[in-house]
Amino acid sequence: MSEQMIIEVEDLTVSFDGFKAVDALNLYFEKNACHVIIGPNGAGKTTVLDLICGRTKATGGSVKFKNKELLSMREDQIVLAGVGRKFQTPSVYEDLTVSENLELSYPKGHSVFGALIFRRDDPVQTRIQEIAETIFLEDLLDEKAAFLSHGQKQWLEIGMLLIQDPELLMLDEPVAGMSVAERKKTAELLNRIIQDRSVIVIEHDMGFVADIATRVTVLHQGKTLSEGSMERVQNDPKVVEVYLGH
Amino acid sequence: MTRSSFMTRKELIGFLILAAVIFLLLPAMLDSFRLNLFGKYLTYAFVAVGLALCWGAGGILSLGQGVFFGLGGYCMAMFLKLEASTPENTAIQSTPGIPDFMDWNQLTELPVWWQPFYSLPLALLAVLAVPVVFAFIIGFAMFTRRVGGVYFAIITQAFAAILTILIIGQQGYTGGVNGITDLRTLLGWDIRTDEAKTTLYFVNGVLLFAVLLIAQYVRKSKLGRLLIAMRDQEDRVRFSGYNVANFKIFIFCLGAAFAGIGGAMFTLQVGFMSPTLVGIVPSIEMVIFCAVGGRLSILGAVYGALLVNWAKTSFSEAFPELWLLGLGGLFIAVVMFFPNGLAGVWSEQIEPRLTKLSKRSDTATPKRAAERAPAE
Repeated sequence: MSEQMIIEVEDLTVSFDGFKAVDALNLYFEKNACHVIIGPNGAGKTTVLDLICGRTKATGGSVKFKNKELLSMREDQIVLAGVGRKFQTPSVYEDLTVSENLELSYPKGHSVFGALIFRRDDPVQTRIQEIAETIFLEDLLDEKAAFLSHGQKQWLEIGMLLIQDPELLMLDEPVAGMSVAERKKTAELLNRIIQDRSVIVIEHDMGFVADIATRVTVLHQGKTLSEGSMERVQNDPKVVEVYLGH
Repeated sequence: MTRSSFMTRKELIGFLILAAVIFLLLPAMLDSFRLNLFGKYLTYAFVAVGLALCWGAGGILSLGQGVFFGLGGYCMAMFLKLEASTPENTAIQSTPGIPDFMDWNQLTELPVWWQPFYSLPLALLAVLAVPVVFAFIIGFAMFTRRVGGVYFAIITQAFAAILTILIIGQQGYTGGVNGITDLRTLLGWDIRTDEAKTTLYFVNGVLLFAVLLIAQYVRKSKLGRLLIAMRDQEDRVRFSGYNVANFKIFIFCLGAAFAGIGGAMFTLQVGFMSPTLVGIVPSIEMVIFCAVGGRLSILGAVYGALLVNWAKTSFSEAFPELWLLGLGGLFIAVVMFFPNGLAGVWSEQIEPRLTKLSKRSDTATPKRAAERAPAE
């Protein structure tokens, strides 16, 4: 079964001073599918992503990425193995330009020496241009990231992930805080980039979820509450009670 | 593609102006004594340039750069001391042929770890290697454990205190509180004469430019942009697949190497090395040189070192007790009113006005030079 799975989370537990934010969680994410995690605040959604990408150290359990154990790896090793992560608040380098932001995420020259001799040659240049067009920022390449709007920063961070070309893309609330127009554009953008890629998304916007999800997991108090297709989950009485009911 | 090129036209002009100041203006204006003083100030500029990379670009504030300055200086001083301690020169000692302070401390034999310093190539290698190895150990221990910010600053300050205490305590091996003094010749060339001092001033200037060019290369490489990225969003850099600790260790070691060269040039030009140049106070002063010059600018760091030290000398000739207060006041004023230092004043205040002026009249070039002078 692990053949079709990109991520297998088994018995994953993390406790912060005795509070179990994630409690013996089992999750399986299929290859080339868009998996959405929903759930009320404090359900442990972001923590699960943090655990997968190594930002938070697990108390117990296992996370396997293509049968490779991730829990014992450093963050940068996990990234180089093919896991990309977008944070909830846009994290871009405000003092650098859009093209520099993308350049730093280009998957070359990641050692100290490599970074010293890195040249922005034609392939790099072309790729930056390509990605900038995908994320609607092709006219702002020389603009400092600090001057971008909130939505544009979110797109830039998505672009920084795309240029890494990860096998698994993890997005934490990619449309939060966006205007209606931006939201529509982002949905379109995500729909384009999740083709033939494995994606895990955390999102609250149910319309947006219905639009992109192949599979939905509902988390509640660090445990799986319900799992399946959007339709199934939406009609699950437990889910309606804790999350969708309000 | 101007952004990734090695030097923009504006930066080139900045480098040329600094070269003119160091190689033409100062030697033409100053007598041999004052020129030697400015040579001494310029040795601190090596440290300030390293700090501009570590602190300004990378956000790593070290309050212990005096350690690396001192280690470089001591390595040079050990070589010079051994050369000065020939059996003929030290014939009156109970053990001739060893440095005088060892004899005073009842040592009868040169310690093993002093032996390599008979060789100039080994001593020069040590000037670079000893500070770098120290920085690597400190950096490795701190950065892989993700110690940063204020904690890192305090720990480096502790190292400065520890090294000072160690040097003072081990009098027989290090010369104690007096340091290593009475240095005379470098491979038979008397470094105490006026001509030698002038020559050393120019050697110092050339080395400083070599260091500046290396710093410029690093700043303009992808590594330079990564440093800025790390300063702003360390986590994002990590999750873009970089091992952040390695980059911090590298830049910290590079800063230490620069400081070591500065220390060695200090020893050569001033003729001694002592623990007062290693401790907490000089280390903090070095940060102030960098802050006054503008911590984001490597050229600013040089001007900062020159200006603050020149002020220190003039000021403390008149009011010796007040200098430290003045220095503290200067630091507070810079942080509060000119957070980007002299370089910021130049690029935010003077340059826009110059551009306006040069647009108004065609005879802009002489005016430019005239306006530039006071800023230096």
